[in-house]
Amino acid sequence: MQESTIAAIRFGLGLGPGQQPETAAEILASLQTEDRVAQAYPTITYERAEELSRLHKETLDALKKREPGADDAHGKIKREINLLKPETLRAVFARAMDTEAPLRERLMYFWLDHFTASTQKQPTAPFGPAYMDGAIRANITGTFADMLKAVVVHPQMLYFLDQPSSIGPGSKIGKRQGRGLNENLAREVLELHTLGVGGAYTQTDVREFAKLLTGLFVRASDGFSYRHDFAEPGAETILGETYGGAKKASLEEIFEFLDDLAIHPDTARHVAGKLVVHFVSDLPDPDLVSHVAEAWMDSGGDLMTVYAALLNHPGAWVATGLKARQPLDFLISGLRALGLSGEQVMTMDKKLWAPLIVSQLDVMGQPFMRAKGPDGWDEAAEAWINPLGLATRIRWSMTMPQKISKTLGIPLADPRSFVLTALGDAASPGLIWAVGASETESQAMGLVFASPEFNRR
Amino acid sequence: MANGMLSRRGLLTRGAALIGCSAAAHPLMSTVTFASAPWEERLVVLILRGGMDGLDVVRPVGDPAYGELRRTMLDSKKAEAGLPLDGYFEMHPDLAPLAPLWQAGQLGFAHAVSTPYRNKRSHFDGQDILEAGTGLDVPDETRRDGWLNRMLQTVGGMESETAFAIGRDELKVLQGKAPVFNWSPDAALTVTPQSRLLLEKIYHEDALFRDAALEAIDLAEMARPAGTDGAMTEAPKGNANSVTNLAAFAAERLTQETRIAAFSLNGWDTHRKQENAIRGALGDLSETILTLKKGLGPVWAKTTILAMTEFGRTVRENGSGGTDHGTGGAMLMAGGAIRGGRVFGKWPGLDDASLYEGRDLMPTADVRSYAAWAMRGMFGIDRTLLERDVFPGLDMGSDPGLLL
Repeated sequence: MQESTIAAIRFGLGLGPGQQPETAAEILASLQTEDRVAQAYPTITYERAEELSRLHKETLDALKKREPGADDAHGKIKREINLLKPETLRAVFARAMDTEAPLRERLMYFWLDHFTASTQKQPTAPFGPAYMDGAIRANITGTFADMLKAVVVHPQMLYFLDQPSSIGPGSKIGKRQGRGLNENLAREVLELHTLGVGGAYTQTDVREFAKLLTGLFVRASDGFSYRHDFAEPGAETILGETYGGAKKASLEEIFEFLDDLAIHPDTARHVAGKLVVHFVSDLPDPDLVSHVAEAWMDSGGDLMTVYAALLNHPGAWVATGLKARQPLDFLISGLRALGLSGEQVMTMDKKLWAPLIVSQLDVMGQPFMRAKGPDGWDEAAEAWINPLGLATRIRWSMTMPQKISKTLGIPLADPRSFVLTALGDAASPGLIWAVGASETESQAMGLVFASPEFNRR
Repeated sequence: MANGMLSRRGLLTRGAALIGCSAAAHPLMSTVTFASAPWEERLVVLILRGGMDGLDVVRPVGDPAYGELRRTMLDSKKAEAGLPLDGYFEMHPDLAPLAPLWQAGQLGFAHAVSTPYRNKRSHFDGQDILEAGTGLDVPDETRRDGWLNRMLQTVGGMESETAFAIGRDELKVLQGKAPVFNWSPDAALTVTPQSRLLLEKIYHEDALFRDAALEAIDLAEMARPAGTDGAMTEAPKGNANSVTNLAAFAAERLTQETRIAAFSLNGWDTHRKQENAIRGALGDLSETILTLKKGLGPVWAKTTILAMTEFGRTVRENGSGGTDHGTGGAMLMAGGAIRGGRVFGKWPGLDDASLYEGRDLMPTADVRSYAAWAMRGMFGIDRTLLERDVFPGLDMGSDPGLLL
């Protein structure tokens, strides 16, 4: 298999009519270019998210007091919040259509899943897009420590893992109200985000870390704050090291621990393993994982160094097909192969966009940023290629390309050349034969999208 | 492409025969035979998601405190009178289509029931516990499978078709080691013979895709209404995933080899303007039961439907004409196999001192005990298995006499 095919399918968003990086060096260089697609298709800022959340609360309070005009004001905010989800998804697709650095998009999906934080409730929903771009995307080429810190103090994560209700039992409020710790965030950071479930930590470490995290607080009326009156006084000993305790508890102590946690060998091993599993194989090559983990340790968790270690290892360039494309990846690669532009995605009529993408993600089992648990989406091919999942993909494949072409007025390519545009030398002779043997153009296009080659990566 | 590392799902025995499919002319078109199920009785479990307000659906009008607690809702101009049940309880007027079933003894309720879930009142956790069928003392990781699946495991030797999880919603109640089918009638995968042939060709070398497609096409065949041969890949018209379609599909399967079906009915979280908000949910519930009855024909006589929710709602209405998350609630049972026309359970009363935490209906029975007695009666499963394996830690208590 050609290097450029592997580059596009394993480290990109599939092949298509557009230009894209074809070698490890080109891929790494593309990550260093300006993030033009995010500028072209922005989401909301953190400040606006805070404001929307606050306005939701204020207008709801007014409504409860039956103030005149409150119904309209609250309705307006609710509508704006409800629009954020589909608009964010449009931006995600538009960026993917136009990007010349497809690995940046893939890495955003990866890290968004690694740090899964789903909140669907209206007052907290505005933080989703701000989290995606502010905490995750902004730190993709920085250090893991920076991303970890941005994530752990972000309202999206704080709400998702119940941190606002965790109060130091020895703190001012804890003593006065008899309240205590919620270990949820502390446990998931250690178990999922850093050391991994097999990592060197104990229940005592979870408890101590939960005490250290007290003080992180968010509420709709005034956004994020560090609450000294929630923070457990005294020092905490986690993984054998002592944090804080000298004077007043502070956010700095939390960051100090997260900095250490980011370069712990178990973190390097765990997250390197996840990267290899996500990009290369459900059964990762141990040499490749060690190589990436060593680069992590040597560079202090510098993510560009980590990506370079992955991309420059021969284990990352075995033939593709060891994994299944998840639904988001499947749909994005589909539209890219058809040659859609970001502009076409942004201006597509809702009557096409909803059945084409939004409801497909739901029925394929991957509603955007709404994974059920904090452990995110399943990596195993078997989790996605099951009867219901595959049936849905076959149906999309057999009907949607035709529908896109008709609605947008773009002619479909000849399927016999399209199979090569979309898959290059990953297309098997059997698939090329079947495309040629089809009765109709839409059937032929459908076979390309429904094929194992297109659904694997 | 290389994918020899991936193993097939191993769900179906029939797939195994096709691993070396080179000689089979039309593996995707192969007909499937199933072992016959061990019983004739049919069980349908409906998960009512969102927390059904048992106090509105089965109204305790005989309780002197009730009228005051629900004054705004009951006095509203639009409010219709409830339908008298047994003199003490009335049924919500939106369940009027089910009134003939009550008369015929084919509709019943159990009141003041709950799962063991207490105090946090989260939909997510509440539904997890309802579907897992465990108590709160069970560690999270053992709550991965559902009680219906564990029931199948205790019997053993099941074929996938014995149990169907229907619709797109995840149904934890049926998840677990015992094989079950999961299908949604809206998947509607019907392809032309030529497409089948070509799909067979392109999936031939990839066991994961081949087996999944094979099962999908078989399931789609089953799901297709009789008399259509479907040369289209389009979804059925209208809302293909409507409760009518789900119920019709369930009935169709249950008249054949399937013995157990489960699906979700959503929309019970009525925090605001409850009299409007609950109408759709009650309409769906009525429609589901009547569609099942119609589709099941003579099999209705052997059928038990259990409709359960994660928790009840507050006894007092809130400031926005709705109710908030509570504890004790009601369950509904229907079918030709039940001894209906009755409201089961011990009524705790609605005076302040009788409430749970001063705000919720006090549960007087575990909702699992009704499901356990139903399965005891229908499938003859030992009480010890039910109390130990299916619903760990449950005390079933005495037989409420649910079934005929």
